[in-house]
Amino acid sequence: MRFSPVSCEHRETMLRAVGVTDIDELFESVPAAVRLGRPLDLPDGLSEMEAVSSLRALADANTPAARLVSFAGAGCYDHYIPSIVDHVVRRPEFFTAYTPYQPEVSQGTLQNIYEFQTMICELTGMDVANASMYDGATAFVEAALMASRITRRHKVVVMGSAHPEWRVVLRTYAASGNIEVVTCPVEDGVVSPATAALLVDDSTAALLVSSPNFVGHLEDLAALGEVAQAAGALFVVSVNPILSGVLEPPSSFGADIVVGEGQPLGNPMSLGGPGLGFFACRQAHLRQLPGRIVGRTVDVDGRGAFVLTMQTREQHIRREKATSNICSNHALNALAAAVYLSAVGAAGLESVGRACVAKAHYLREALLATGKFDAPYSAAFANEFALRYKGDPAVMHAEMVRRGFLAGVDLGAIDPGMDGLVLFAVTEKRTRAEMDSLAKEVASL
Amino acid sequence: MTASDARFPKDAPVRGPRALIFETGSPESRCVEAPVLDVPEISLDEALAGGVRTQPPALPHVTEVEIARHYHHLATMNFGVDSGPYPLGSCTMKYNPRLNEDVCRLEGFAGLHPYQPLETIQGGLGLMVGLADTLAEITGLPGVTLQPAAGAHGEFTAMMMFRAYHTAMGDPRKRVVIPDAAHGTNPASVHMAGYEVTTIASDANGAVDLEALKAALDTDVAALMLTNPNTLGLFDPNIVAITEAVHAVGALAYCDGANMNAIMGKTRPGDMGFDAMHINLHKTFSTPHGGGGPGAGPVCVTAALAPFLPGPLPVRLDDGTYGLGWTDRSIGRVRSSFGNFGVFVRAYAYVLALGGDGLRAASEQAVLSANYMKEKLKGTYPLPYDRPCMHEFVLSGSRLRKEHGVHTLDVAKRLLDYGIHPPTIYFPLIVDESIMFEPTETESLEDIDRMIEVMLTIAAEAASDPDLLHGAPYSTPVRRLDEARAVKQPDLRWRPSSAE
Ligand SMILES: Cc1ncc(COP(=O)(O)O)c(C=O)c1O
Repeated sequence: MRFSPVSCEHRETMLRAVGVTDIDELFESVPAAVRLGRPLDLPDGLSEMEAVSSLRALADANTPAARLVSFAGAGCYDHYIPSIVDHVVRRPEFFTAYTPYQPEVSQGTLQNIYEFQTMICELTGMDVANASMYDGATAFVEAALMASRITRRHKVVVMGSAHPEWRVVLRTYAASGNIEVVTCPVEDGVVSPATAALLVDDSTAALLVSSPNFVGHLEDLAALGEVAQAAGALFVVSVNPILSGVLEPPSSFGADIVVGEGQPLGNPMSLGGPGLGFFACRQAHLRQLPGRIVGRTVDVDGRGAFVLTMQTREQHIRREKATSNICSNHALNALAAAVYLSAVGAAGLESVGRACVAKAHYLREALLATGKFDAPYSAAFANEFALRYKGDPAVMHAEMVRRGFLAGVDLGAIDPGMDGLVLFAVTEKRTRAEMDSLAKEVASL
Repeated sequence: MTASDARFPKDAPVRGPRALIFETGSPESRCVEAPVLDVPEISLDEALAGGVRTQPPALPHVTEVEIARHYHHLATMNFGVDSGPYPLGSCTMKYNPRLNEDVCRLEGFAGLHPYQPLETIQGGLGLMVGLADTLAEITGLPGVTLQPAAGAHGEFTAMMMFRAYHTAMGDPRKRVVIPDAAHGTNPASVHMAGYEVTTIASDANGAVDLEALKAALDTDVAALMLTNPNTLGLFDPNIVAITEAVHAVGALAYCDGANMNAIMGKTRPGDMGFDAMHINLHKTFSTPHGGGGPGAGPVCVTAALAPFLPGPLPVRLDDGTYGLGWTDRSIGRVRSSFGNFGVFVRAYAYVLALGGDGLRAASEQAVLSANYMKEKLKGTYPLPYDRPCMHEFVLSGSRLRKEHGVHTLDVAKRLLDYGIHPPTIYFPLIVDESIMFEPTETESLEDIDRMIEVMLTIAAEAASDPDLLHGAPYSTPVRRLDEARAVKQPDLRWRPSSAE
């Protein structure tokens, strides 16, 4: 296929106007020694129909969670996406636009970001939010870096119960030397504020916690917030936004920065990307916020309108002194999240949260009743919980896929320290009948 | 047209600003309803150990038709590649094939969970291996990570790999050299990776000043970060001498691959001596920009750097199946999961559709179209570096400013009235009043000629009626904005109390 509309005749016209006979003359600044001089070793192009069949064959070589009865979570969730969401996201005026540098012809993108920022503030209880980050993990890390700039302190204390991938990302970034990471150990599936207090001191920039944590438990945010505050460290909390209709927002516990993975809000799982990171903070820290921010102002005719603002924080102006290197973000995923939140509203978000919590508690009882699992933890949880499988989880998973189920996430495959544990997430999409048959099938193994 | 123009009734459809979605609908309005709960209700207070929300978030309350109309209206106030010419330099705003949009939504891709057993995601892993192999061939750099989410993220990833590499060699280093024409993300990424930035000036031809480079290079330098073709749209003819000089002090050469659309199938950064580079799939490989993202910024590296790649890496196993692997000295991870998989599917569709020859032809046409435009415009708008360009070129608005008091910003705003998205302006910083055009291979000759004609018309308008340009645009949904007010009186969110 070719997507260029320039005909051979037009190409000749252009060559003549440029004054060359062969396109290669335009590449003369490329030294002969480094010209490729051979065709790329890639297959020939395909017609659209052939390309679709090739890709469909790859898609068909997968057994997607979406086609199984899935109980997989661990940071990526199979929630219902209302029809209207993708219809909005597929508008070419949204998806084929660049970053809104020209506000006069970008009011659609800009107004949406302003509305998205508002929604994130409402969910988290914070004062200001940015236009999005790449994902929850990078938002978590940027929060640590921001806290270090604000406090001029070097050390961050991360709760060992946060997502293991996020903690690896944090450690990867910390190898820059810009921050130092200390991990607070986990006891019975949660962190103890008393243990955290031993690690947080007057050199600590931030205490980073995830609640629900990786294995689904709710952390004692009130006590952890006090630990952070007592040391003059910022309190960084990561939440699952789908639960924001039922869980008290982190602002109630003195959070300074709230971040998270926004995929559950209207974005498909897509093998874990693209979702979006969200990032909110208190007004006092606005000038250290990473990423793009949209503000409302007026045009020369006095009409209300939106524009990228507070740009002196950003890389294109501040270069190495910028608050972050982020340029492109996840605007289209933020659009999906905003349409999702509009479609469900506060009442709908609360219902989704209630359904997830009720169903997760139902499933836990049903699975324990099979006798195939032990309950390693007793802490409070919301939509996700871990059980210890009495056999080999990998074998159980493989067999359950054959029977049409994605029976949670095998935690031993992610972290050898969690060998034998299986993490089950329950979204509002799962029915009682599906949960009953999962339990029945597992029982029969 | 002004607000009081009698031809346009008050509240005429769709042109101007629209009420916020929070101000639309009535309190009882709903779009989707939750299904009936089919398990016993439980006490949230008990289940959640008391942490139950008491004050609901102030989210919109709207019906589906109100959502449809709201976002339709917002869409009509936007300008995308489908709306008209979009020659935004450095951003490669090529057409986004609809094939891409369809295949990334196949349930077998969009419905995959990142922690599924590997046997159930063989097609997804295979696609990632296929894309990585393709990028390795195009760049001449065999080690590939698809994980970074954007170009800037790729820059950071590579800098962390460089740090790990030098540390492993027992030779940790402090600084990274960057030419003054570089994009802002370059110094920002270097800083995030814990290096100091040393800026060097470009030479009179807009290329790397070899003497300045050599003067800046010593054994404290970890790397040179260079955009080639550079941000003036010029291929650096000294590229081999440059990478050799970098290697001579034990440093590494990094290529910001934002301009890869000029050189696919023509020359490869790996062959030029670069050790690593990122590719913006949302530029060169036709995946949409989405109003600011998501993109993807895969990083390609030499075999010597491959042991430091972030993981996990999708790999082809001896038995022909696919798995995941970690290199022995991996820097770790730079984000969760595998990267922006939905973007990979789109890019792979593009690669399959074009094939090797098609990719080369796309680059050739992009370069020809840019040269054509440049030749037609350089008599009217000064071209500071007059050489054959690659896929983009940078003009200067300095003459219009000196002669008519018209700035590049005014030219850009006037273009909006003609239905053309402005080029990139005020970047790179080394050109006064810079105007950076990148037509891409997907603008037709008719549209290119129209852009040229409009640019010439605007230059004439600048001479005859500069105020016309100072006041532009006139025909857009809103006109120039008070950006100073946005900063001085920050209004960054709607508040429920402002509803009354
Ligand atoms: C030359 C150059 N480098 C780096 C970037 C950053 O890329 P991204 O926005 O994908 O992070 C850009 C994007 O505009 C660019 O033009």
